[in-house]
Amino acid sequence: MPNKNKIKPSYTRSLDLKKGYVEMVHGSGGRAMTQLIDQLFLSAFDNEFLRQMNDQACFQSTNGRMVMATDSHVITPLFFPGGDIGSLSVHGTINDVVMSGAKPSYLAASFILEEGFPLADLKRIVDSMAKAAQQADVPIITGDTKVVEKDSGDGVFITTTGVGMVPDGIHISSENAQPGDKILVSGTLGDHGIAIMLLRENLSFHCTLESDTASLHDLVASMVTAVPNIHVLRDPTRGGIATALNEISQQSSVGMMLYENKLPILEPVNAACEFLGLDPLYVANEGKLIAICAPDKADKLLATMHAHPLGNKAAIIGEVIEDTHCFVQMETCFGGKRVVDWLSGEQLPRIC
Amino acid sequence: MKYIDEFRDGVVAKKIAENISLEANQARSYHLMEFCGGHTHAISRYGITDLLPTNVHMIHGPGCPVCVLPIGRVENAIQLAQIPRLILCSYGDMLRIPTANGMSLQKIKAQGADVRMIYSSADAVKIAQQNPHRQVVFLAVGFETTTPPTAVTIQQAQALGLTNFSVFCNHVLTPSAISHILQSPEVRQLGTVPLDGFIGPAHVSTIIGGQPYEYFTEEFQKPVVIAGFEPLDVMQAILMLIRQLNEGRAEVENEFTRAVLPTGNVKAQLLVAEVFELRRTFEWRGLGLVPYSALKIKSNYAEFDAEQRFQIPTLSIADNKACECGAILRGVKKPQDCKIFGTVCTPENPIGSCMVSSEGACAAHYSYGRFRDSNVSSRKANA
Repeated sequence: MPNKNKIKPSYTRSLDLKKGYVEMVHGSGGRAMTQLIDQLFLSAFDNEFLRQMNDQACFQSTNGRMVMATDSHVITPLFFPGGDIGSLSVHGTINDVVMSGAKPSYLAASFILEEGFPLADLKRIVDSMAKAAQQADVPIITGDTKVVEKDSGDGVFITTTGVGMVPDGIHISSENAQPGDKILVSGTLGDHGIAIMLLRENLSFHCTLESDTASLHDLVASMVTAVPNIHVLRDPTRGGIATALNEISQQSSVGMMLYENKLPILEPVNAACEFLGLDPLYVANEGKLIAICAPDKADKLLATMHAHPLGNKAAIIGEVIEDTHCFVQMETCFGGKRVVDWLSGEQLPRIC
Repeated sequence: MKYIDEFRDGVVAKKIAENISLEANQARSYHLMEFCGGHTHAISRYGITDLLPTNVHMIHGPGCPVCVLPIGRVENAIQLAQIPRLILCSYGDMLRIPTANGMSLQKIKAQGADVRMIYSSADAVKIAQQNPHRQVVFLAVGFETTTPPTAVTIQQAQALGLTNFSVFCNHVLTPSAISHILQSPEVRQLGTVPLDGFIGPAHVSTIIGGQPYEYFTEEFQKPVVIAGFEPLDVMQAILMLIRQLNEGRAEVENEFTRAVLPTGNVKAQLLVAEVFELRRTFEWRGLGLVPYSALKIKSNYAEFDAEQRFQIPTLSIADNKACECGAILRGVKKPQDCKIFGTVCTPENPIGSCMVSSEGACAAHYSYGRFRDSNVSSRKANA
């Protein structure tokens, strides 16, 4: 059987990854598309599955429970301090997979590219994805590329899908929170959302804040090893921890009581929120998780998180309570109480 | 956060709360109106009501710029935004106000209108410079705090010789609204709304100073304490009002001395006087027509007045019949007295303006305080 890689490609001029642009032909299924896949995606993501160049990836599975998660990534700007849409698209899906306690196995990636998008930027994004996937040891084994006409997209949209294996004895689900449980977060809140917001065109003040985008597979692995019966794990992305906690409250039919003075929030995030009239509880995170566990396991879980670089600012921020209305409440630093409600619409700055 | 955390200290709050409990006369009650939405927000967000004795009642006033803008003016803005190639700029909260037919600037935007959320009025001028062949209208709203920046914007546009920029002016005045509430039949003749004193605005007072409130202390014998927007400011102002009432005084006092001068910001006042003049009357949502309560652009700057440039008509559109925003804005009713509160009218689907802005009485109660209603109802159910 001839080795496919030794067949001379029928295209001769290589892709101009410095000055070239995405063209409609890159999505039309012809030679140009094959060239893009070969010279850009395959060379970056290189692995045995992808090299077979099939429309699907065939892999061996083991007996047990599998999880699958998918996430579409659209973000402006595409590059931001601490990451870019590439690393974000890998971290986001891996994090969704591991919030079940699973070990992530494989990723699939699908790209929607806008005509005219610089190939140099696309290469930066693809390289960043490859690096993120390699660091997490989760290969991208199949994918797809489409090109839309100019002005029909926002540069690049990336959808990633991930699968993983859940170890025996792990049963983590958002319906498992029980009154008395402790609520933990793995680190400072709102870093990603504020870093992105400060970059947007019409905000003209500067700070050195970086997105927290990170893959949480290793942190979760050490957490489930230390405390196998964690009740709930959730990554508080869009809508921040307020939204995630309201979802968990509904799913578990419980209430929650948070303590404002226990919330880990960076000074610049607090200041930016103050300035813009935003609430850090509703601001997105991309490298943080919420964990809920029985009260007698909370200290052990917290110590495990503290021992991991992605959890060294972890904190116990509240507890699960009985409440038929499923309210998430917070004892304010001032001594009063308030509801931490679902976010309604977009979070918009106040007028005065 | 330096200069902020000091004013959110729970330990100090407890001390002030103890003083309020000690000094509040058990034989009477205290009905205090916080005029400003900023105070309403602080009271709800920090749970200040939990720290007050049961005979101290806070009444939410109409000082929320989004809440008091009448539906007719929102409809005007929506019609403006539908003019082909026109760019309408405004502050965030304005985009969500619903009109009678459920339309909003946000919905018009989704249908293709060019509506842009800006953080500063100066951004509107920049947009006009960047789009010389398109009309750019800044939908200006707010009390005395946001008026000087609008004046600066108009002068900048004039200095730059911009011919494609105009302002749809909806700036309103605090003192005339307070007068209107004090003169309302519910307060003056019927006595159905007990009103013993006011927490005076924070940011508004940095511009206008304390002097404009003296009329209320003299004419109506109602004490006013100007307070900052931090929760400790509010607590301290409540204590100061209780002391005045106990001692039978009705004076303008200033708790917010770190920012408010008795004369206010004279430079800003002069700037506003240069660009704006009083309207004879202006419609407020909930209060109706209030004489001399709003500003319009002076004839010297008429070329920047969107009302003239686009011949904007006066539209008077009634509120939804079931909506109690009017009574709530006058302090006659509480959000939970409204039949559609939290059922038909929610922050996701606001019927009335008080549910739109986080400074609105209904949205503040819904988002931060409604667990108290359920506590009451479950206690009743258990009894």
